Amino acid sequence: MKRIIGRLAGMLVTLLAGSFIIFMAMHAAPGDPVTFLIGNPEGITPERIAAVRAQYNLDQPVLVQYWLWLTHAFTGDFGTSFHYLQPVSDLMATRLPNTLWLVGYASVLFIILGIGLGIVSAIRRGSRVDSAITGSTTLAASIPSFVTGLLLVYLLSVTLGWFPVTGAGDGIAGRLHHLFLPAVSLSIGALAIVSRVTRQSMIEQLDADHVEAARSFGLAERKLVVRHVLRNAWGPVITMVALVVASMLAGTVVIEGVFGISGVGALLVDAINTHDFAVVQAVLLYMIVAYMLVTTLVDIVHPLLDPRIRARTGKP
Amino acid sequence: MSTSTTLINAPRKRTMGYGAAFNTCLGFLVLVILGAVLAPWIAPYAPDEIDFSAIWTSPGAGHLFGTDQLGRDIFSRVLFGARESLIGPLLLLALATVLGVLIGTLAAWHGGWVDTLLARITDVMFAFPGLLFVVLVIAVFGKGPATAILALALAYAPVIAKFTRSIALAELSRPYIDAYRIQGVSAPMICLRYLIPNMSPALLGYLVVLFGEGLMSLATLSFLGFGAQPPSSEWGLMVQEGQAGIIQGHLWPTLAPGLVIAAVVVAVNIVGVRLSDQLNVKKP
Repeated sequence: MKRIIGRLAGMLVTLLAGSFIIFMAMHAAPGDPVTFLIGNPEGITPERIAAVRAQYNLDQPVLVQYWLWLTHAFTGDFGTSFHYLQPVSDLMATRLPNTLWLVGYASVLFIILGIGLGIVSAIRRGSRVDSAITGSTTLAASIPSFVTGLLLVYLLSVTLGWFPVTGAGDGIAGRLHHLFLPAVSLSIGALAIVSRVTRQSMIEQLDADHVEAARSFGLAERKLVVRHVLRNAWGPVITMVALVVASMLAGTVVIEGVFGISGVGALLVDAINTHDFAVVQAVLLYMIVAYMLVTTLVDIVHPLLDPRIRARTGKP
Repeated sequence: MSTSTTLINAPRKRTMGYGAAFNTCLGFLVLVILGAVLAPWIAPYAPDEIDFSAIWTSPGAGHLFGTDQLGRDIFSRVLFGARESLIGPLLLLALATVLGVLIGTLAAWHGGWVDTLLARITDVMFAFPGLLFVVLVIAVFGKGPATAILALALAYAPVIAKFTRSIALAELSRPYIDAYRIQGVSAPMICLRYLIPNMSPALLGYLVVLFGEGLMSLATLSFLGFGAQPPSSEWGLMVQEGQAGIIQGHLWPTLAPGLVIAAVVVAVNIVGVRLSDQLNVKKP
């Protein structure tokens, strides 16, 4: 219990510091924060200036401004976008489903493929299959995702016409079809790390005494792997998977650009190009919160799943 | 940043092809650097030479990699682009190393509040996954290669500081440091003359691996339109400019710079891993 509270407190402190940086960035901008927040120099009218001053409480001391911004953000009020002239939360709400679909889809792909490849190379370690898997996944991880994405578009969308070139699609079937290539491009980079961790974790178990004992009793290799090796090897794999999913929540910016998906990442790029700082703040805040929540959650849940760690650290 | 570092730290087994791969990669990198240096003399065209009569030509005798949407020769652009694409990561690492080694050494030497401060800064930086911190800096200070390099240097500095701190702590516990202290050598002198030179092999191996990541990050920023600006032929920007052609079936404007980025990153990683091994790096 103590550990959980400590971990949560740590997360809160980090989030406060992160959000403080995101907020204070506008005061670090060259020039007056009002001009910076309006962005477009032609848009400076007395009404706009008054609106910006009111939205960010610029008449108050800086710390009060930050606190008001943060508490409003906490209730889902990120102010109004000065470019779209809409509430930022509405913009986020329309974009978020596409991004979450993409991350979910990519996660399913990299978890199944990554762990599968890891299991194969652990069982056949030292073989040609093992080096082929390690080599090809490492190579794939070194290719930037935007290059992989564009090559897939050329090959499978433009030349073969199997997949649409842009957009996120509608309905479940439409999305699965539209988002297939984006999800593949997003997950390819993660295959190397997940398969490597699975392989390593399983090999440690394969050499363990209890596995040797089970093998000497004549237990079939398949049962041995499922019952004794995999069950004990999950820990590091789950941690790594969560870490990758967490980074993906913040890492869809590039892939959304490649495939013309109007998700949160594309919103961030647009907001930077149009100097729409309220949106930049909201998207960045969402990304660091999502990242911290997932990583902290796994840190907390992981020992609860594993009785060995639970026993070592005392009561959960 | 985490992915490839973890990959590198994972135990590897040596295979027969390891030495050959290392030599091939090293040779390729030397070739790329030579190409960048000699670009004005060996490039068949100027990188910004527009030719509307030869738009989107396929690779062939006249144009080795074909031409782009403005009829510019892609091979020449890739050669010239190597300069910006390679100097960018070099600059950012130089900056991040100066900052990181300074902070890391100070934290290891001084301990106490400096050490705590470093730990807190690293914690907060880790709350910004991937390129988010850089994106924030660019949102505030505007796009451009200088901002991108500076922001990335700031993002890398805590990582290098943490690495430096861990190897500095190991080094500081060795008897020769105490010996210099007893001789009355001043603290800055010990750090500059003895400690940092002794750490440099380990640091160098780590920096080579970071170079690949830096190149990839800068190319990604340029692809998003936040780094290099037209008419530059930085590789990430070239990929972005080729994106429009992809839909019309023109592969080479994207393929050539894209493959070069990938090949350089792979080569740097293989050389870096081998180098760290040979320099006998103790993993933190």
